Amino acid sequence: MADAAARASVRNGPRWSGTPVRRVEDPRLLTGASRFVDDVAPAGLLHAAFARSPFAAARIGSVDAVAARRVPGVVEVWDAADLELPGLRPVLELEDFVVTEMPLLARDVVRFAGEPVAMVLAGSRYAAEDGAEAVEVEYAPGDGVSSIDEATADGAPLVHASARGNLLLDAAMADDAGLDAALDAAAVVVDATFSSGRLTAAPIETRACVAEWDPRERRLIVHISHQIPHLVRTTIADLLGLPEHRVRVITPDVGGGFGLKCVVGREEILVSAAAARLRRPVKWIEDRLENLTASFHGHEQRHTVRVGFDADGTLLGLDADIACDVGAYSCYPFTCGVEPLMAATELPGPYRLTRYRARARAVATDKPPIAPYRGVSRPQITFVMERVMDMAARRLDLDPVEVRMRNLIGPGEFPYRSASGLLYDEGSYRESLERCAAEFDHDTWRERQADARVEGRLIGQGFSCFSERTAYGTPAFASRKMAVTPGFESAHLRMDASGGVTVAVGTLSHGQGHETTFAQIAADELGLRPDDVRVVQGDTDSTPYGWGTFASRSIAIGGGAVKRAGEMLAERLARIGAHLLEVAPDDVELADGSISVRGAPGRSVPIAEAARVAHHAAHRLPAGAEPGLEVRSTFDPPGTFSNATHGVEVEVDPATGAVEIRRYVVVEDCGSVINPMIVEGQVHGGVAQGIAAALYERLAYDDQAQPLSGTFADFLVPTAAEIPRIEIHHLETPSTHSATGAKGMGEGGMIGAPAAIANAVSDALAHLGVEIDEIPITPERLLGAIREHRAIATVGDAT
Amino acid sequence: MTERHRVTLTVNGTEHVLEVEPRRTLVDVLRHDLGYTGTHVGCEQGVCGSCTVLLDGEPVRSCLLFGVQADAADVRTVEGLGDQEHLSLLQEIFSSSHALQCGFCTPGFLMLATAFLRDHPSPSDEEIREAMASNLCRCTGYQNILRAVRRAADAVADPAAEP
Repeated sequence: MADAAARASVRNGPRWSGTPVRRVEDPRLLTGASRFVDDVAPAGLLHAAFARSPFAAARIGSVDAVAARRVPGVVEVWDAADLELPGLRPVLELEDFVVTEMPLLARDVVRFAGEPVAMVLAGSRYAAEDGAEAVEVEYAPGDGVSSIDEATADGAPLVHASARGNLLLDAAMADDAGLDAALDAAAVVVDATFSSGRLTAAPIETRACVAEWDPRERRLIVHISHQIPHLVRTTIADLLGLPEHRVRVITPDVGGGFGLKCVVGREEILVSAAAARLRRPVKWIEDRLENLTASFHGHEQRHTVRVGFDADGTLLGLDADIACDVGAYSCYPFTCGVEPLMAATELPGPYRLTRYRARARAVATDKPPIAPYRGVSRPQITFVMERVMDMAARRLDLDPVEVRMRNLIGPGEFPYRSASGLLYDEGSYRESLERCAAEFDHDTWRERQADARVEGRLIGQGFSCFSERTAYGTPAFASRKMAVTPGFESAHLRMDASGGVTVAVGTLSHGQGHETTFAQIAADELGLRPDDVRVVQGDTDSTPYGWGTFASRSIAIGGGAVKRAGEMLAERLARIGAHLLEVAPDDVELADGSISVRGAPGRSVPIAEAARVAHHAAHRLPAGAEPGLEVRSTFDPPGTFSNATHGVEVEVDPATGAVEIRRYVVVEDCGSVINPMIVEGQVHGGVAQGIAAALYERLAYDDQAQPLSGTFADFLVPTAAEIPRIEIHHLETPSTHSATGAKGMGEGGMIGAPAAIANAVSDALAHLGVEIDEIPITPERLLGAIREHRAIATVGDAT
Repeated sequence: MTERHRVTLTVNGTEHVLEVEPRRTLVDVLRHDLGYTGTHVGCEQGVCGSCTVLLDGEPVRSCLLFGVQADAADVRTVEGLGDQEHLSLLQEIFSSSHALQCGFCTPGFLMLATAFLRDHPSPSDEEIREAMASNLCRCTGYQNILRAVRRAADAVADPAAEP
């Protein structure tokens, strides 16, 4: 770091980082000049549609495509037997992990309703769908396994014959020898089970792909709405048996991802295979029914915990049994371990805990596979830990804020090593809670709540504190034993002869505004304006290999690579400038587009002139300097922890079970902020998805694993009418684990909201003894809980 | 199903005459037959509103209309609001308010808000919220969309005020 600090000193002047620079992405997106995958329409385009299984579990007898082929416009119909291609086979190198291969088209067996059985290619989307409807498949339906309970019951049908007890992973973690004695000695043990509903990311742009064969270069070009273009290229090359340099992957504008588009789907491989085989362009745009019932889901978990506290509220030990309904297959490349392993590793969250034991299972069901969805297990573990904190406080007759303060990792304890082995960099856990509690005037809350109850109004207040592990580098994924191990990021900086800079990155902004924030970082290093910097992403031909954008990695890892490359380029420029000015390189600095002698701003040379010399007058460069101005850097940090406290005040209508959010406050700390406008936008969107998970969204299945939520009228994405005003306050604890001091923060909004709302609703109904243990808190469920507890109270009064 | 009908429609002031299948949706006609790809498709279920265009001035879900139903109609799409060098006031304020992230739903919100502000020059915050609840956005939590529409209304009411 000493070298970096020395290099950074060549730059001076105002900093763009930390300021709300307006996004360069906006004008094209506001005017329809953007280019999303469905806007790509090569001549001779074929459209793909899929015949999908109506059954959750069935054996396939025959697939008859005769009628489908007769449909006007249909060109080809393929089933699994026509393909002869391997499926997607993600692997964790763990003893207890069961490998499942997701075939591109179901062969012999279907494992969820919506699984593709045949692909139809036609001259129009309309004809392709007609063709898909005309495919006749003979099924022998079996019993669909629809839930964790069903899957783990004795004698349950097996989703995969190779997975005994329908367990795809059964991992033990941090089995502390003193845990049982600690729980035995505890003043209070919270013994509870918490469940969270099945969700899906539901980006407004669904998955989408256009593949075309380029006869000139004899290679495949794939336009795809995705978060990791380089991963897509490698996967297509592997599965289709093409040399990777014969595949180009382009991700144009991407209409949201939230994790759904960081895994490789079977449909995109099929479309690529069809284009390569037919030498014709092929398009597939997922429709919303497919998106909700046949893409990837997440967040369906059940945690059974025993958590001990002493009489003053100090956390003594935690024993957790975590089960995740991971659906029928592993997602590529993360596998179905993504949720259980994350949950078990990060469950203790922001709290000091030494005695910990966790068992984490991935349970197979006849439902679509899970993929990372914003938050990945952190919304669930935060829901669990924060409910436990409130339940313990209630039983110990302590204030819930006080119990948290007693256990939060405090200043002076960083870097903190968790019971599961994670290393926490500096955070502001206690400060964020103090600040949030003060915003709500928490000290006077009980009187206000009592006054409201006298008026017949049920109001409640809830907090949630959490750590948000971000910027997972290679070591983090390697410790998870992923056969395909993501982590590092790359940046390639090139200054042209006129002094303009092109930054090429392996990350992939899909709403996060990296074309703006990376330009801010590069401009700061080079003494230029963001306008002087163009950021290129999403084309494997013109960007360095990288791991795209997921898991809140881009600003910390990708931004770190950009900063380091910027430092290298700044140093090259300083040497050229010093040579032209006939001074020592240490005597110059870069600012305002010039290379100047320190303390003598009049003695300077424009950066553009140094750039011109580097390209058009290389003989004037200092001895040993390479012509041109190109640098490349990588960054691979150990990971950072952002933190936040969410606070919410709700009012519950006991007649309807409706929950109204009266106030929502976030106090967040994501280290050094590059663009505060974009940070706030990320918090807003995350909180909205967290509110959705808390109160509205659930992908329902019946007991045969038939999907019941096939439209946006069933899967209730909230509108502007449901999302309240969200107040945000910032703390700033720069990370020593990141090159810019920035920490990731794309998921925190979603992580904190369900817990805070569940606590507030429980608080509003505390007089009835209601403890929310399941999300979403639908009106139906809440009314049920109110009635049940009133009945108990009535019986209690009578006796 | 495959017989074609002649349809004449005016999009952003330009008249187009084309033959379409009766089942072809208006949004497919706009996007794939006429090249107005600024209008997006988010659900084809009439819920998300990404495909919102103005049909004879009124915001409609173009995924729920057939192209033949737009015969003789005047259609306005996002391409008709302003270009990158000359953003409309509303587009400009959407950017300065950070009212878009991935930008996929944005054209639908812009068309919705354009009609709303025309009909409600001095809207209350509640009216804005209710109107914007017609469409779905998955990125912004609606915070800055509501703020942008508020600021646009205020800027129209008082052009001297800083937008």
